Amino acid sequence: MRLSTLRGWPLTFLLAAVTGLSIAPFTWMLLSTTRKDTEIFDWPPSPVPGDSLGDNLHRLDRRIGLLRVLGNSLLVAGVQTVGALVVALLAGYAFAKFRFRGRTLLFGVLLSTLVVPEQVMLVPLFKMMMNFGLLDTYQALILPGLCVPFAIFLMRQSLSGLPDELLDAARVDGAGEFRVLWSVVVPVMRPVLAALAIFLFLGSWNQFVWPLVALRSPEMHTLPVALATLQGNQNTTDYGAILAGTALSTLPMMVLFLVLQRQFISGLLAGATKG
Amino acid sequence: MTAVTTPVNTPAAPPGTPPAKARTRARRGPRWRRTALPYLLLAPALVTFGVFKAYPIVDSLLLSFTTGNGSAGHADGLANYRRLLDDPLFWTALRNTGEMLVVQVPLMLALALLMAVAINSALVRWRTVWRLGIFMPAVTGLVATGVMFSFLLRTEDGAVNRLLEAVGLPAVDWLGQPFWARMSVVLVLSWHYTGYNAVIYLAGLQSIPRELYEAAMVDGAGAVRRFTAITVPALRPLLLFTVVLSTIGTLQLFDEPYVLTGGGPDNATLTVSMYLYQNGFRYFDFGYASAIAYALTLLVSVLGAVQMRLMGERDR
Repeated sequence: MRLSTLRGWPLTFLLAAVTGLSIAPFTWMLLSTTRKDTEIFDWPPSPVPGDSLGDNLHRLDRRIGLLRVLGNSLLVAGVQTVGALVVALLAGYAFAKFRFRGRTLLFGVLLSTLVVPEQVMLVPLFKMMMNFGLLDTYQALILPGLCVPFAIFLMRQSLSGLPDELLDAARVDGAGEFRVLWSVVVPVMRPVLAALAIFLFLGSWNQFVWPLVALRSPEMHTLPVALATLQGNQNTTDYGAILAGTALSTLPMMVLFLVLQRQFISGLLAGATKG
Repeated sequence: MTAVTTPVNTPAAPPGTPPAKARTRARRGPRWRRTALPYLLLAPALVTFGVFKAYPIVDSLLLSFTTGNGSAGHADGLANYRRLLDDPLFWTALRNTGEMLVVQVPLMLALALLMAVAINSALVRWRTVWRLGIFMPAVTGLVATGVMFSFLLRTEDGAVNRLLEAVGLPAVDWLGQPFWARMSVVLVLSWHYTGYNAVIYLAGLQSIPRELYEAAMVDGAGAVRRFTAITVPALRPLLLFTVVLSTIGTLQLFDEPYVLTGGGPDNATLTVSMYLYQNGFRYFDFGYASAIAYALTLLVSVLGAVQMRLMGERDR
């Protein structure tokens, strides 16, 4: 016993170092958002926060319109998550619990698009949104993200494990089909739905290429697009403001992750264990 | 319309009890409604899938056979694909992407496997803390990660070079030199995804029964032998999954070089996806961009299939 505890220390120390490397950049970034531009690159970095957080946020707000951009990100990610979740739940339920003509074919077609890179859709979606007059709108950002084949696949897999007797008991009691779905299926599936919701929200919150293509005006920008634009602007050397933006885009997800680690990890690993 | 003739599925009643079946059906409403229900449930998925997935995939293929600017293209056979083969910049992008892939994927996955084995070791303490810490980067967006590292990798005063100097290594011109710029992208991607992959492996490791290792130890197998004879075979499905996923991801690389290097210096970090973006949305050459997209699709499916074949075959 004593021997094994002793032998464990080098390994523990090594893991501490690796974990340190994983979180050091965050720590540096969070501390830097409290510093003046002239102090950000001081070496060694001070572990004590500075007093310029408010100043940096204020300048960031002047440059990108902080509340508006945060609101855009939140709105797009929120609506997209709820929408994709509903679409996946309904479709997954149909595939798992009903027999109908074309079931295998439809499911196969849906899954086959998993291997098509997102980039293939960029140009046609851009053309489509242009023709609909939807470029530079929320709809352009939200609509293409409503059908997530992977989410449908995951819902089908999870719902297949749900015993038919449970559904039938509710039906015999006179519940309509949508009542069965809402009062029986959804409560039982809550953990899976939560994990999937986190997976979808995270993906949507961080998505970049499509918003970059579909958006024009700065007031429609989501956080990643605003950040990349700000950072790519060679005239901007406003490090404090840029880092404050980075912190704002990562901090909510980090807090959510620390609170809901279990759902986060199962959400992001869903593909590994179910695939 | 064919739906109406489809036999109704009533899981409530076991087969061979027609009267009960009829009764439950009556209670559930008309037959057509039961038949239509699955299609009704599928409708939102099918509509969004058709409009925003299936149609674009087909449209992109058709576009790849047209030349001309913007939407005013005209059919031109294989012209775009021929141009692709002769385009030095496309080959540069392909070579860059390939180099980053070949360095990044094996390095990251080997590191992830080591981390997972270390965390899973019976000797280690505070397992939850390490798992939490190494997973953290995966939660960050790629754009935020890129922005953060564009500061950390600055030559003169970036933290990475300061650390290198502190341990007596020379500073590196991370973002200014072609080779190191590619390695910067590799570094940032690895930072972002290593912990994520380690946690995947950890989940697999935890499902291997400890008795297997104990039995091997009784038989005199050393640590290395136990790793190659028990751990690796048990993790094979997950290894395959992560290799394919990382390969596909790196082939589609866009966010990281866009933010970190802008494709430079001198196109050293230009990736296939970035080149597609440039052609599509800077020059509005939709046909050519679509041809690049399909070349990428071909690459993704061929490499994915080859990997599955290779790693799947060792199973037998």
